Amino acid sequence: MRRSRPISLLKAVVVLLGKDLLIEWRTRARLNALIFFSLATLLLFSFAVGPDTKLLARNAGGYLWLALLFASVLALGESFRVEQENLTLDGLRMAPADARAIFLSKALGNTVLLVGLGALLIPVMIALYGVKVTLGAGPMLGILALGCMAVAAPGTVYSAIANNARARDVLLPLMLFPLIIPALLAAAKATTLVLQGDPMNQLGSWSGLLIGFNLIYWGLGFVLFPRVIED
Amino acid sequence: MEASPAAPPALALHDVSKRYGRYWALARLSYTLPQGRSLLLTGHNGSGKTTLLRLVATAHSPTHGQVEVQGRDTVKERDAVRREVALLSHASFLYEDLTAWQNLMVLARLLGLPSPEDASGELLTKVGLGRRSSSPVRQFSAGMRKRLAIARLLMKAPSLALLDEPFGELDPAGIQDMERIIGELKDSGVTVVLATHLIEQGLSLCEERLHLQEGRAVAA
Repeated sequence: MRRSRPISLLKAVVVLLGKDLLIEWRTRARLNALIFFSLATLLLFSFAVGPDTKLLARNAGGYLWLALLFASVLALGESFRVEQENLTLDGLRMAPADARAIFLSKALGNTVLLVGLGALLIPVMIALYGVKVTLGAGPMLGILALGCMAVAAPGTVYSAIANNARARDVLLPLMLFPLIIPALLAAAKATTLVLQGDPMNQLGSWSGLLIGFNLIYWGLGFVLFPRVIED
Repeated sequence: MEASPAAPPALALHDVSKRYGRYWALARLSYTLPQGRSLLLTGHNGSGKTTLLRLVATAHSPTHGQVEVQGRDTVKERDAVRREVALLSHASFLYEDLTAWQNLMVLARLLGLPSPEDASGELLTKVGLGRRSSSPVRQFSAGMRKRLAIARLLMKAPSLALLDEPFGELDPAGIQDMERIIGELKDSGVTVVLATHLIEQGLSLCEERLHLQEGRAVAA
């Protein structure tokens, strides 16, 4: 008889995150669709605004985050759709895998995906909207990571809730968008400051808001997720 | 294997009911399965067999009543019960985009097995999938998926194995293999609960029988 022993939360997260990233890599067609969708969104903003380059440059941060937000709905929805095929989420629950580890691995996986997508979109945004990153790449990537984490944590919880609903494609953005308005606002403002400079030293406040939002929603997700996926 | 006099029953159902919306899938079901005995669950489609197995496996909670596995409540001591129980279900619990070997490795690592690679390789050979270990599950036939799902069940080394239509989708050789595996499970002291429409086959493997009709236990 095989001797199994309970593993630590961290080890369970590593196993599950590895599994999710491997599946994501295996289904690259989905990843490609996500990239083209977000690139098209950035491009459409520039067509919608027209040849006003000053307006485009002023709002570049907002457009970047809207493109990431729209793409995130596809990514978040897919992360639990994978678990619905063959009821693999039930398989994980009964393994038993710690529900908190499932939350952390899904939320981290979604964060990695969104940060990667954002890193691809930033050079495109610079080229399309004619902006430059005044404060440098470090603050830009920091804000990108914080903003993506702020979308991923509540998005993972709501994606799990919406997964069993008939109108899940509509339900997820309906629940998620109003909730993340403070994070979206902070991320867009902070990105604009990183692009255009920060003479009034406001970047710290917007970053602080993002950090606070992340602490609250990663904490809530960690505590509440077992109730979401258990009967 | 003989049970000690003080041992709790392998499975106990106390007035168990399960409702989905307005539909009662199980209604006030009580039953006790002693240690060392195996149970054949019979009944028409929709009689509540799968619901009962999913309640015992802790995939669902009862709407009313109590389910105990080895004396442990499936709601209050869910994680402990999950370590004792394994379910072979209509759904395979397999990731289509991972290979057979990767699917088993994920479970082996979650279970904290000391040598996940050895355990996965050994089980794939046992269920006859050794040569297809690096193929994605998406390329597997229904019978091969069933074999891999059995390997997944064996990986857990459960004390209570719940088998929902284990012979379905298998070819004659697969059915023979499945009978052999169920026999080996029983010989090693594992309690088996088997739901099948192949009653003769089931009766040859199980000592007890519970017949369900519209969620209630009735005489077979």
